[in-house]
Amino acid sequence: MAVQNETGDPPAKSRGGSVPSFVYDPVVRGYVFQFLLAAVLVWLAWDIASNTAENLQRANIASGFGFFDDRAGFEIAQSLITYSSDSSYGDAFIVGLLNTLLIAVLGIIFATIIGFLVGIARLAPNWMLRKVATVYVEIFRNIPVLLQLLFWYKAVLSVLPQPRNGIEMPFGANLSNRGMIIPRFIPQDGFAIVVIGFAIAVVAAIVIARWAHARQMATGQQFKTMRVVLALIIGVPVLLYLVTGMPLEVEYPVLTGFNFRGGIALKPEFIALLLGLSIYTAAFIAEIVRAGIKAVSWGQSEAAYALGIRPSLTTRLVVIPQAMRVIIPPLTSQFLNLTKNSSLAVAIGYPDLVSVFSGTVLNQTGQAVEVIIITMAVYLTLSLSTAAFMNWFNSRMRLVER
Amino acid sequence: MKNTFIPVLAGAVVAMTAVSAANAATLDDVKKKGFVQCGVSTGLAGFSNPDDKGEWTGLDVDYCRAVASAIFDDPKAVKFSPLSAKERFTALQSGEVDILSRNTTWTMSRDTQMGLAFVGVTYYDGQGFMIPKSLGVSSAKEIDGASVCVQTGTTTELNLSDYFKANGMTFNPVVLEKLEEVNAAYDAGRCDVYTTDASGLYAIRLTMSKPDDHMVLPEIISKEPLGPAVRQGDDQWFALNKWVYFALLNAEEMGITQANVEEMKTSENPNIKRLLGVDGDFGASVGLSADWAVKVIKGVGNYGEIFARNVGTETPLGIERGQNALWTEGGLQYAPPVR
Repeated sequence: MAVQNETGDPPAKSRGGSVPSFVYDPVVRGYVFQFLLAAVLVWLAWDIASNTAENLQRANIASGFGFFDDRAGFEIAQSLITYSSDSSYGDAFIVGLLNTLLIAVLGIIFATIIGFLVGIARLAPNWMLRKVATVYVEIFRNIPVLLQLLFWYKAVLSVLPQPRNGIEMPFGANLSNRGMIIPRFIPQDGFAIVVIGFAIAVVAAIVIARWAHARQMATGQQFKTMRVVLALIIGVPVLLYLVTGMPLEVEYPVLTGFNFRGGIALKPEFIALLLGLSIYTAAFIAEIVRAGIKAVSWGQSEAAYALGIRPSLTTRLVVIPQAMRVIIPPLTSQFLNLTKNSSLAVAIGYPDLVSVFSGTVLNQTGQAVEVIIITMAVYLTLSLSTAAFMNWFNSRMRLVER
Repeated sequence: MKNTFIPVLAGAVVAMTAVSAANAATLDDVKKKGFVQCGVSTGLAGFSNPDDKGEWTGLDVDYCRAVASAIFDDPKAVKFSPLSAKERFTALQSGEVDILSRNTTWTMSRDTQMGLAFVGVTYYDGQGFMIPKSLGVSSAKEIDGASVCVQTGTTTELNLSDYFKANGMTFNPVVLEKLEEVNAAYDAGRCDVYTTDASGLYAIRLTMSKPDDHMVLPEIISKEPLGPAVRQGDDQWFALNKWVYFALLNAEEMGITQANVEEMKTSENPNIKRLLGVDGDFGASVGLSADWAVKVIKGVGNYGEIFARNVGTETPLGIERGQNALWTEGGLQYAPPVR
C-alpha cells in the first residue's frame, strides 16, 4: 500500500480511473469502518436488550422499575436515614447506598492516613521502625482482601465478650460483640448558634490564610497562620457552646434485656469492614508514598539545604510537593479499589448496597436484571466521580511550568 | 483484514440468533445431556447435604433423584448445584438448573412475578426461633430488643419483621448471605436469636459446637410450605415434575415401597395397576415410559420412606410426620389420582 503512494500521485489515477477515488481514500475508508463498527455495537446492544426483554416476558417474570415504590417489609441493621419495614424498596436502596458511601469515605480517610504513616516509616532512619513497616506492607498486601475481612470479622467476634459482660469504656461507651456503643449527642435549642459560629470561623480562617499567604509573597514577612486558624476554629464554637449554656444532651447507652438501648452502635460488621479495607488498602498506599518520595532526587534536598532551608521545611516545601505529583495518580486507583472492594461487605453481613439492594431486594422482587443494572450503574458513577475529583486535584498539584 | 471481517460478523449474527431461539423443551434438553441439573442448598442436614462420601442426601435431593429415576431409570443421573438463598431464583430463571429443590417457600409473588412454578409441597414447615438456653427465655414474646441472625433473600426475613411489628417489639437484624455464615455468627454469640424454618432450626442446632446449649422456642410464626419449583412456560416439564411428586405420595398411600414394587405389579387393585403402568399408558403424555412410576419408586422409594430416611424420628433430626403425614393419617399430604 505504502509503495503505491510513494510516487505522490493520487491513488485513483494509478488505478485507471474506473473506480471512484473515495473508495481508496484512507480517510473515507476510516470513516466507513468506524461507522460499521458503531452500527454493529448498537445493533448488538439492541439485540441483547430486546432479547432479554422478550425472554423475561416469555418466562413471565415481572420487569420495570415500579417495585421502587412497593413496601420493603424487611429491616436493615444500620441506617443513616429513618428506615423501617414499612419503607419502600427505594428507601432500602438509599440506605444501602449511604452505607456504601459511609464505608468508602471513612475507609479512604483511614487508609490514606495509615498509608502515609507507614510509607514514611519505610524510609525512616530508625532500623526497627523501617522493618516493622516492611513486614506490615508485605503481609497485608499479599493476602486476599476477602480473607482479611473474614479474619477481622471472626477476630472481632471471638475476642469481644457478650453485651452483659461488655467492657466499660471512657465516656460511658461500651464494647461487646454487639459492637462499640457510644453515647449519642442530641442537639437542643440554641445549638444552631454554635454551628453557625463554627461556619463563620472556618470562613474567617480561609480569609486569614489567603491574606497571610499574599503578604508573605509580597513582603516576605511570615504570619503564624496555623496557630491563629486553630484558635479560631476550635475556640469560637467552644466559647459559643459555653455561652449558650451547653445545649447538647448526652444519651448514654443502657443495657436493657439483651441489648443496649440508646447511644450509637458501631456494629462489629462495620468495624471489621472498616479495619479490613483500610489496612489492606493502606499497604498499597504506603508503597505509593514511598515510591513518590524516592522519586524526588536527593539533589533537590541538597539544594534546599545549600540555601539554608531547615530539614523540616525542606520536606514540606521541596520534597512533598514534588512527591505528590508522583503519588496522586496511583492513589486515585487505590481509592477506586477501596470503593469497589467495599462490596465484599456482603460476606460479613454489613448492610451495604450489594447486601441490601442486590441481595435482599433482588430476592424479594425477583427482578435480577433491573437490580443488577442499577447496582452496576451506582458503582460506575461512584468510581467516575472519585476519578474526576482526583483528576481535578491532580491538575491543581501539577508542576506549573512557566 | 477484509477477508476475516465478514465471517466474524456472520458468526456473531448466528450466535446472537441462536441465543434468541434457545427455548427448547426442558425434557428434551435433559434427555440430550443425560442428567437432571438440580439446584439445592449449600448444606442443610436432612434436606440437601453432602455426606461423608461427598454424595448429596436429603429430602430435597431425593426429589431430584426421583425425577432422574423417572426419566433415566437411574437415581444417580443428577448433577447438583449448591445455591445460596440469594442465588436460587436467578439460577432457575436463567436455565442454569432444571429444578430448584431447595427448601423454598411457595408464595404468591414467587409464583406470579418471578417466573417460577411450584410443583407441590414436599414439606409443610413454619418459621421458628432458636436461642441459647442460657438466655433464660421460654417464649418468643420475651425476645424484645434481641439481635436476630437471619439469611438474606428468604421469606424468613419478611416474617421476622412482621412478627416483631405485630407484637410491638424491636430487633436488630444480622443478615448474612450463606447459611454457614449465619450458623457461625450465631455460634459465635453475635446474635441472641436464630430464625429460620423450624425443620432448619433442628438441623442447624446439631451443627452448633454445643447443641445441648440451644433450644427451639415453641412459637411457629408463619406458614412455610416448602417445595420444588420449575420455570414457567414449559408445561410438559411442569406436569412431569408434579406427577413424580404425586407418584411418591400415591405410592405411600397404596403401600408400594422400594422393596415390594415389583410384586405390586401383579396386584389386582386397578389404582395400583394404573400407577405402575400395568394398565394404560400415562407416561407417554409427559414424555416418559409407561412404567415411569415403577422407576421412581425403585430409585428412591415412596414419600414415607424418603421422609423416614432423611428427617424422620430414626435420624438425628428426629422430626415427627405431623402435618407431613398422608391425608389418610391426619396430615396434609394429598395427591390427585392417576386416572
